Amino acid sequence: MAQEDLLATAASWRGQGRKVALATVTETWGSAPRPVGSNLVIDGEGNFLGSVSGGCVEGAVVAEALDVIESGKPKLVSFGVADETAWEVGLSCGGKISVYVERVE
Amino acid sequence: MKLALLNALNEERAARRAAVVVTALESGAQRLVKAAEVAGDELREALEKRLRSGKSGNEETPDGKVFLTVFAPPPRLVVTGAVHISQELGPMAQRLGYDVAIIDPRTAFATPERFANVKLFADWPDKVLPDLGIDAHTAFCVLTHDPKIDDPALLHALSKDCFYIGALGSKRTHASRLERLKSKGASDARLARIHAPIGLDIGAVSPAEIAVSILAEITARLRLGDGALK
Repeated sequence: MAQEDLLATAASWRGQGRKVALATVTETWGSAPRPVGSNLVIDGEGNFLGSVSGGCVEGAVVAEALDVIESGKPKLVSFGVADETAWEVGLSCGGKISVYVERVE
Repeated sequence: MKLALLNALNEERAARRAAVVVTALESGAQRLVKAAEVAGDELREALEKRLRSGKSGNEETPDGKVFLTVFAPPPRLVVTGAVHISQELGPMAQRLGYDVAIIDPRTAFATPERFANVKLFADWPDKVLPDLGIDAHTAFCVLTHDPKIDDPALLHALSKDCFYIGALGSKRTHASRLERLKSKGASDARLARIHAPIGLDIGAVSPAEIAVSILAEITARLRLGDGALK
């Protein structure tokens, strides 16, 4: 019944031998829907749990995570209305966020 | 993140101990600082500030920018009264991320059948509360309607810095409760911290609706702070 425990999930997925990445919101500007520290846990198949926005950019973060799972190099990515890609993966709320994506080794 | 670090972090979280993960965003270098290690850490000041506020964020250090992810223990909900409202309140509060403890010395009420998945203490508040370590991360509700159970619990809660204290009962019930507690030495300033009648006034009727009104009030206190409600 308890709130989903994303970090416990990350550890258990990795323990099962799945490839896992962890995304963490590191900065927000304006009316970003999820606070700094929010997590998304992603596996190598693109399954994910949690959220880093209200659902606006999760798809793009999952794509970045699959990259990071391949390369092993952590990445800091930003999303917001100022982005060129705003029309595709912008935050409709007008906020801006930075997300750190790293592989669980 | 190394799996060993993640496992160590999860161990601290499971034990209700605060911890901070320090990540150098440029290099990806990462370490775990447990609450007990903060005092001896080179980032002591920043770590202490972050732990107090409970907010994660970036910090500039002599070695570059780091991101501090703060893990504070989850808030707790302590309830006297293994009553019908508590049966709804417990699971709902767990969904909101609270550790829930329910206390009621009346063994007919405090049965595992009625409270399958929450911590249940079939004993008097005086016996149970000192060991629970009631703190600033605790919301406290008294729901039995029985002064023999609720009054000592309230006096204990008032002596701690719980972020929320609520008591079930009408305005008249609460007025006589205040008189009793005052006669036991509680000051007006302290008694003013009690939210009573408990919960936001949303016209709640059923036990589940009353639980929603209580949790809405607790959430407002947690997220908006002192000035939020009165």
